[in-house]
Amino acid sequence: MRLVVNGATRELPETVTLNSLLSEMGIDQPRGIAVAVDGEVVARGTWDRTRLRDGQRIKILRAVQGG
Amino acid sequence: MTEKFQIAGRIFESRLLFGTGGFTSLQVMGQALSESESQIATVAMRRVDPLARGSILDVIEAAGCDILPNTAGCYTAADAVLTAQMAREALDTNWIKLEVIGDDRTLFPDGPELIRAARQLVEEGFVVLPYCNDDPILARRLEDAGCAAVMPLGSPIGSGAGIRNPYNIAIIVEGASVPVVLDAGIGTASDAALAMELGCDAVLVASAISKAKDPIGMARSIRLGCEAGRLSYESGRIPQRLYALGSSPPLELDD
Repeated sequence: MRLVVNGATRELPETVTLNSLLSEMGIDQPRGIAVAVDGEVVARGTWDRTRLRDGQRIKILRAVQGG
Repeated sequence: MTEKFQIAGRIFESRLLFGTGGFTSLQVMGQALSESESQIATVAMRRVDPLARGSILDVIEAAGCDILPNTAGCYTAADAVLTAQMAREALDTNWIKLEVIGDDRTLFPDGPELIRAARQLVEEGFVVLPYCNDDPILARRLEDAGCAAVMPLGSPIGSGAGIRNPYNIAIIVEGASVPVVLDAGIGTASDAALAMELGCDAVLVASAISKAKDPIGMARSIRLGCEAGRLSYESGRIPQRLYALGSSPPLELDD
C-alpha cells in the first residue's frame, strides 16, 4: 500500500502499524515526537495497535530549536 | 529583588523567556540558557529527521526550564491547532506559544486566523500565549478569547529593530489584565529594559542572543537589562519635563 509520510510517498506492506513505520524510519526514541494520521493526533500509547491503511497521510513532528 | 510574575497561576522569578532558535550548537545554547537564568524556553515542531543527533529537550531540562512549544511556520488556524495538539502529545504540556503568520516577508501575525486558533485551543484546554501585532484592539480580542497572556511584537521577528511603537505597547499594557510579554524585535539589552520600563511583564528573546557575536555574554546582558528595566518600572521614573527643575536648593542672594 501507499502512504504519504511527511509529504513523501512510501510503499509499505499491508500489515504495517504506526510503531513499525516509525522503527522502519529509524525513529526509536519517541520522546519529543508526535504523530497525526489524516489530521488527527494519535496518542503515543496506541501507536502499536494503530493499523495504517492505503492512502493515509502521516505527519510526524519532533521538537527542534525555534523561537 | 523585583516582583515575581505569573502566567496561568504559575509563578516565575525570571522575566526573560528564552527562544532557542538560531544557535549554532546545543552546547552554546545550553550555556546561554543557563546564563539567561530563564525559566521558560521555546521549541518549534518540525518534520522528524531520523538522522538528527542530540536532543534539545535534554539541554532545556538540564537547565531546569519549562518547555514552551510554538506553532511557528503555521499560516492558518487549522495548521496551528494541529501543531499545538501535536506539541501537547509530544511534550506533555498544554502550554502553547501560538503563532499564525500572515506572510513570510514580514512574519507579521494574521489577526483573524490568530483569534480563530486561540478560541479553539482555549476551548480544548490549552494555556494559549499568542504572538500578536502591537495592536491594542487585537490584544484585547485575544484576551477576550481566553488567552493566558498576550505577546505583542516590538518589531519583526529577527530584525533586532527594538520597539518601533512604544506608545502602542504602553496602551496594550494599560488595557491588559493578563500578562504582556514583549516578543520579537529585541536587539540588545536596552530594548529589553525599555520593554520592562513600559510595563511589560516579561520579554521573549531569541535571535538577539543566539546570533550575537558572544551569545553567552549577550544572554547575561539582556538578563541584566530586563532586571534593570523592571526595577525602574517598579521604582517609578520621574515625569519628563520640557524645562529644567533644579535639584540643588536655590542660592541665597545677599543683594
